[in-house]
Amino acid sequence: MEQFISPLIGGILIGLSSTLMLGGLGKITGISGILGNALEKNKENNWRYTFLSGLIFGGIILKILSPQLFSYQFPFQYSEAIAAGILVGFGTQLGNGCTSGHGVCGIPRLAKRSIVATCIFMAAGILTIIIKGAL
Amino acid sequence: MKTFIISFISGIIFAIGLVISGMTNPQKVIGFLDILGNWDPSLAFVMGGAVCFNLVTFYFIRKRKSPLYEAQFDYPLKKVIDMPLVLGAIIFGVGWAIMGACPGPALVNIVTLNSNALIFVVSFLGGVFIYKGFKTKF
Repeated sequence: MEQFISPLIGGILIGLSSTLMLGGLGKITGISGILGNALEKNKENNWRYTFLSGLIFGGIILKILSPQLFSYQFPFQYSEAIAAGILVGFGTQLGNGCTSGHGVCGIPRLAKRSIVATCIFMAAGILTIIIKGAL
Repeated sequence: MKTFIISFISGIIFAIGLVISGMTNPQKVIGFLDILGNWDPSLAFVMGGAVCFNLVTFYFIRKRKSPLYEAQFDYPLKKVIDMPLVLGAIIFGVGWAIMGACPGPALVNIVTLNSNALIFVVSFLGGVFIYKGFKTKF
């Protein structure tokens, strides 16, 4: 049971964050969308810069206060990191969202596109792990 | 000013949620997707917790005509399920599974200064720019 408490608390915090963004500012908290738009000129981007700064700042605070939270490893080849990064960058822009925009925000809005996208990227992720395991 | 304070604080809360939940740990994410192997279902509570929380709060927020500190809601306008959505979700899902990293956790993991985490973020930005170049061409 205990191993489910931290994920649940973390999930509720993510919900709280995206609730503040929608209720306070009317914005969808989709990280890939915020980042993709932040890279374009001539946009009202200041809230995107402050959100992204907060995201990194939050990470830095946690790293200082409890570094053991980051004690996990990244056991991958550089080629895997490059391929994964390019696919995630391209795919999230083409599909207009990721786990946060489509999953955390889109499903509670009952948005059909987001529900479909979430089912598809979950299925694609699961299939990728199965195929990788079989190779 | 309120806009910046709210978005900055929301960013901090989001990062704390991601780290506490285990979403920033790539092996935990891969364990969650490995349903036929050594499945670790715990991360279902992250998406589950966030979605359930937002189902309640969004229900009330969406009844309002405007958010508290801005003139209007920026809801996505597209409604149809089209090929870019489907293809994009497939490509994202494959990339997500390779290194157990989706955009939010990847950005937070910059603070680990791990070489794979940093290479992922640079490649992620590369993928975004490839899309932007490709979009203006077609």
